[in-house]
Amino acid sequence: MSGPRIVPTGPGDAMPEPLRRARHSAIGLLLAIAGLIVASFVSLDLQWARFTDDQAVQRMVKFMKELLSPATESLFLVKTAVAALETLAMSAVGTLLAAVGGLLLALPATQSSGRGQSLIRNLTGFVLNVLRSIPELVWAALLIIAAGLGPFAGTLALALHTAGVLGRLFAEAIENAPARAAMALRTQGVSRGLVFLYATLPQISPQLLSYSLYRWENNIRAAAVMGVVGGGGLGALLSFHMGLFHMRETSTLLIAMLVLVAAVDVASWVLRRQLQR
Amino acid sequence: MSTSSVRAIGRVSPTERDPAWLSRLFWACAGLAVLAPALVATEFKPWLLFEPDSLRVSGQFVADFFPPKIEPAFLALVARETWRTVAIATAGLALGLLIAIPLTLLSTSVLSVSSITGRMKTGPLVVRQIMRAILIVLRSVPELVWALVFVRVVGLGPTAGVLAIALTYGGMLGKVYSEILESDDRHAAQSLLRNGAGRLATLFYGALPQSAAELTSYSVYRWECAIRSSAVLGFVGAGGLGQQMDNSMKMFNGSEVATILMAFIVLVAISDWVSARLRRVIG
Repeated sequence: MSGPRIVPTGPGDAMPEPLRRARHSAIGLLLAIAGLIVASFVSLDLQWARFTDDQAVQRMVKFMKELLSPATESLFLVKTAVAALETLAMSAVGTLLAAVGGLLLALPATQSSGRGQSLIRNLTGFVLNVLRSIPELVWAALLIIAAGLGPFAGTLALALHTAGVLGRLFAEAIENAPARAAMALRTQGVSRGLVFLYATLPQISPQLLSYSLYRWENNIRAAAVMGVVGGGGLGALLSFHMGLFHMRETSTLLIAMLVLVAAVDVASWVLRRQLQR
Repeated sequence: MSTSSVRAIGRVSPTERDPAWLSRLFWACAGLAVLAPALVATEFKPWLLFEPDSLRVSGQFVADFFPPKIEPAFLALVARETWRTVAIATAGLALGLLIAIPLTLLSTSVLSVSSITGRMKTGPLVVRQIMRAILIVLRSVPELVWALVFVRVVGLGPTAGVLAIALTYGGMLGKVYSEILESDDRHAAQSLLRNGAGRLATLFYGALPQSAAELTSYSVYRWECAIRSSAVLGFVGAGGLGQQMDNSMKMFNGSEVATILMAFIVLVAISDWVSARLRRVIG
């Protein structure tokens, strides 16, 4: 295939054909996007009036003032700290369960040859997709029926969604692992399970750990808001106090959330740096 | 490795077979010591799931999933809410761009005139750091929390969802945009600035031409993410599929929940596909 050929042309048609086609499709794309945006704004009955009426400014100022004066009673601070630890535990346990579950699901999703195994492979692939495409919060709302309100439902919800995400990443990592060590063992007649444990897993485990840590960073954010739908942790306190318009408590909780997320980001960054060394 | 040699390994003392066993044992115990309180804190009691009461309720709910509700009126409702989910995401992202683009231009160091001759001057440096701080605050508050705040201010409905997505995604896009601009080759932009071109001209003729594809591709990917978040925002009353699902869930209506879940999975799959195709075309 040759690249776009630039033919010298007269001033009338200055543009080579491939470029003209690219420009046409770009204009089409831009028009489609503009159409989608206009249609979105028109079809939603957005109430901007709430921001422009007389009291709007007063209301916003009062709101911000309340948000900027966090509650610092020691009893409430202890409550917040306990909820923050609960959130941290939810994210850690959820990620751990997801890593184990994701690995178990990734194994059948990668087996390539053999009779009847393409069915298993497709089936696990489908399961992973469903787990992944339902967000944590929706899982939590569904699981509350079985597990009841509280951190357990939130933990399971994190685990299910993350297992879907990690399962796919793990399957890719297993497929892309260098095959030499595994082949060496297989030609000696070692069973599949042992080949995986002694040849494939040691080669990819830093990658698996790194993926899991990255998802942990995501999960701490998700765990922080899990309580809004009834999944426990900081979010539960937040939606309670916000529902009662306790703005000072809300402010403290928001600060706790930001601190927690930042702390986990730093911890995960440090751990991943250590892994890369 | 033949069977006999595997047996032979079995007879070797564990220390010889695995020289690192002591540190492995230590880390396993340390892991358990951290895990135990975490399990307590999360009230990790899986056996509760299998108690007769819980099994009956969840069994009933799941049994209700089949068949999903497919009355035309309900399907029309789900279709409308699905569109609203897409519309909230699109409108939110459009407003997010309005936040992100000016903040990117103010915070990126590519367009800095003073930094082409040595260090950036103090004034511009302070302005850029302030803009970066605004971006950090915008994106560190989860969109669900923004939505909760705006539901209090503007009331239930899509307005809160649009604003929540606009703020969070404005913060994310702004940060990533300036990272993309800064990570690409700065040579062209620097040459233009050195020769006295204005900042806007530098942006359009020096920086954008190399980064445009990556910027567009990232924005499309974020649109796909915004659709997923806007579906969730409904749970706090910001409209769309989530709100419908919340209603059905509160009434334990399994067949409605099944239909909405399927609509949701299809929506995510379609937006995945559209986004992947668009990004391939953009390259």
